[in-house]
Amino acid sequence: MAEIYLDNSATTRPFEEVIELQSRIQRENYGNPSSIHARGVAAEKLLDEARRSIAQLLQCREEEICFTSGGTEANNLALKGAAYRWRRRGNHIITTQIEHPSVLNCCRRLEEEGFTVTYLPVDEQGYVDLEQLERALRKETILVSIIHVNNEIGTIQPVEKIGALIKSRHPRALYHVDGVQSFAKIPTPVQRWQADLYSCSAHKIHGPKGAGALWVRKGVSLQPLFQGGDQEQGLRPGTENTPAIAAFGLAARLCAAQMAENAARLYHLKEKLCRELEEAGVEFYINGPPPAEAAPHVLNLSFPGIKAEVLLRLLEAREIYVSPGSACHSRRPDPSHVLTAIGLEEARLSGALRFSFSSFNDEEEMERVAEAIAAGIRELKALAGRRPGQ
Amino acid sequence: MAALVLLRYGEIALKGKNRRFFEQALLENVKTALKGLGARVVRLHGRFLIYGEEAEEDAIIRRLSRVFGVVSLSSVKTAPLELEAIKEKAVEMVGSGPLPGGSFKVEARRPNKSFPVTSPELNRILGGAILARHPGLKVDVENPSFCLFVEIGAKESYLYRDQVPGPGGLPVGASGQALLLLSGGIDSPVAGWMAMKRGLRLEAVHYHSYPFTGLRSREKVIDLCRLLAQYCGRLELHLVNVAGIQKEIQAHCPADLGIILLRRMMMRIAEALSRQRGLQALVTGESLGQVASQTLESMIAIENATSMLILRPLLGMDKQEIVALARKTGSYEISIRPYEDCCTLFLPRHPATRPRLERVIQAEEALDTRSLTESALESMESMAIED
Ligand SMILES: Cc1ncc(COP(=O)(O)O)c(C=O)c1O
Repeated sequence: MAEIYLDNSATTRPFEEVIELQSRIQRENYGNPSSIHARGVAAEKLLDEARRSIAQLLQCREEEICFTSGGTEANNLALKGAAYRWRRRGNHIITTQIEHPSVLNCCRRLEEEGFTVTYLPVDEQGYVDLEQLERALRKETILVSIIHVNNEIGTIQPVEKIGALIKSRHPRALYHVDGVQSFAKIPTPVQRWQADLYSCSAHKIHGPKGAGALWVRKGVSLQPLFQGGDQEQGLRPGTENTPAIAAFGLAARLCAAQMAENAARLYHLKEKLCRELEEAGVEFYINGPPPAEAAPHVLNLSFPGIKAEVLLRLLEAREIYVSPGSACHSRRPDPSHVLTAIGLEEARLSGALRFSFSSFNDEEEMERVAEAIAAGIRELKALAGRRPGQ
Repeated sequence: MAALVLLRYGEIALKGKNRRFFEQALLENVKTALKGLGARVVRLHGRFLIYGEEAEEDAIIRRLSRVFGVVSLSSVKTAPLELEAIKEKAVEMVGSGPLPGGSFKVEARRPNKSFPVTSPELNRILGGAILARHPGLKVDVENPSFCLFVEIGAKESYLYRDQVPGPGGLPVGASGQALLLLSGGIDSPVAGWMAMKRGLRLEAVHYHSYPFTGLRSREKVIDLCRLLAQYCGRLELHLVNVAGIQKEIQAHCPADLGIILLRRMMMRIAEALSRQRGLQALVTGESLGQVASQTLESMIAIENATSMLILRPLLGMDKQEIVALARKTGSYEISIRPYEDCCTLFLPRHPATRPRLERVIQAEEALDTRSLTESALESMESMAIED
C-alpha cells in the first residue's frame, strides 16, 4: 500500500524535475555567481532565471526579489529589517494573533527591544476585523504584517482591502504579507494589494528546502540582518545557494502553469474527503472558514471525543501522514495559538487534525483516508469502552 | 610530545581479596572506553597511567571521566630525576604570563627513596622557585587556589595540577548483570545510571504501544541508551510492544486496575527476558509515593507478579535530587523531549492508588498472562547500542 501524504502545509514532496535540476547543478554548474569567469557567469544566469520565475508570479520586477534561506528568514528580514531601519519614525508594529512563529517570535523579540506590537484578534473563522485594524493604526505605526493564508486553518485574509486601508490612513507604514502558504497556490498580485514586502518559501511548493525569497518593493529600504558581500544588493549577503534557488524557480514555474486547475482539484479533494467522512458516519467539525472559502490545500477538522494525536498514530500505522491541529502531550499540553485565537473550546482543540493537500493527492486516497479515520474512531471508541456513535 | 594521564580509583583498592578482580574489570572498561584512540594503559601500584597522543589528551580525559570506578584523573607532565629540571617544569606548569594573584601549595611525594631530596625539602624548594617567578602569588597550605603535585618515580618525576573528578563507584560488570526497565521519563535513566555506578552491567527493556505511541518516543529511548552507553561502552536494548496487552486489559478488567495490571505484565515479560539473557535482577526508576502506581500497596501488587529481585535505586531520593542527577548525567535534556508515551488513551480517570492484592489477582484471572507474555516476546525487537 502506498503512503498518503497529507501534510503539505508542513512541507511538500519535491517535483522530480526539481530534484534532477538541483543535483545536475551541483554536479555541473557549481560556480560562484560572484566569480568573474565563465563558471560564475553561468551560475549568475541561474539566479536571474529563478528571479524572473518568482517575479512573474508576483507580477513584480525581477530586481525586487531578494533570495533567502526560506520563509523564516524572509519574515525575519521583513520584520527586523523594517523595524531597525525605521525605528526613528516610530516604534509601533501591527500583526495578527494567528501568525506563524517566525513572525510572532520576531515581534516578541522586537517588543523586548522597545517596540510596541498590537496583535489583532480574529473571528471564529480566522479573519481579522478591518475596523480593529483601523483603530490600531497610529502615527507611530511603521509596519503591518499579515499572514496571507494561515498554515493551520487556511483562512485567506482580505489582503487587498487591508492594503487599501493602511495606505489610505497611513501611507508611510510598510505593509508586509507572509505569503509562504499562498505563493504559487492562489493569485498574488502584490502591487495591487499596495504591499511593500512579501515572503515565500520553496519547500512549500514542491521545491527544495533551503531557499525562499522576500519581495521588497522598489524604493523600500530595509536594514540587512547580517553583514557581508554585496550579494542580493547587500540586503542578504552570503554566497547564493544556486542549486536550491534555481530549483525554486523551476518549482514556481511548474506550479504557476497549473495554478487554477490545481486549486480546483484540491477544492474538489477537500469536498470529497468531507463527503466520504459524512457517508461513513464520522462525526466532525470544520475549523476555520468553509472549505470552499479557505485556501485550496488546507482542511482542519475536529473529531469530538477523540484525542487527535492518537488518531494520527493510527493513521500513521496505515502510512497516512497528517498533522495534529494542536500538539498535546501528557506532560505539556500545548494548544495551538491559532485554534485558541478562533475560540475553539477544549474538546475541539484536542481533537483537531490538519489535512493539507497537494497535486500529488487523488480522489482514491480520499476514500482510503475516510475509511481509515472511520475505522480508527471505531477502534478508539471501542477501547474507551463506549459504543461507536454514543 | 606524548600525553600522560593519571587515573586514580578509590573504593576498589580497598576490596581486599577481590581487589585483583575489580582492578581487572576496571582495566578492561578503561581499555574499552579508550578504543580507537591508540592509548596504552599501564598499571602503577594502585593507579593507572595512560600514555596517548598529545592531541588526544582531552578526548582521553573526557572518556575516562565517565568510567565507573574512576575517582579522579590528572593530566601529567614528566621531568628527569634532576632537581633543576623539576624546578623548571614546576615553574612552567604554574604559567608563563603574569598571574592575577591567588595562592598555591606544592605537595611532593617520594616513593623513590634514592632521590636525594626529601618531600618537605622539595615542597620548600619548588615553592620558592615559583614565588621567585610569580611574586604576586602566596603560599597557603590550608586553602590554596591550586595545588601542584610532584611525585618522584623510579625513572622520572611526575608533575600535575588539576584533578578532573571521575564518577566513582564500581567498575561496570563487577557486581553482575541486570535488566533496566527504561520508560523514556526522567527517572528510569537515572536509576540505570545508579545501578551501573554500583557495578551492574545492564540491558534495557522499553515497553511501547505503537501505533498508539509514536516513532519519536522510540528514537528518544534509543538516545537515552546511547547516553547510558557512554558510561558502560555498550548496552542491549529490547523493545516490546504492549498495545495488544493494553487492549486485553481494557476489554476484560476493571478500569481502575489497568495500570497495575499492565505493570504486572511488564514484570512478567522482564522476568522471562532476564531468564533468556541470563540477567540476575530488575532495575526500575520507582520511588515511593510520587504517582498513583508508586504507593507501597501498588508496589506490593506489582512486585507480586515476579519472583525476581527488583532494585529501586531512586527509592530514597526526592524529585529534585533525581532531576539534578539527570542533568549531571545528561539524560535530562533527552527525557524532557515532548515525544514520549503520550498515549493517555488507556489511562483511567481514577487509577486505584491503594489496590488490594487479592482484588488485583482476581481481576487478572481474565487474562491469559502466559500467552500474552510469550507473544509480546515473540515480536520483541533487540538492538545493540554502543557509545
Ligand atoms: C505561514 C508560514 N510562514 C512562514 C513559514 C516558515 O517558512 P520556512 O519553513 O521556509 O522557514 C511557514 C512554514 O511553516 C508558514 O507556514
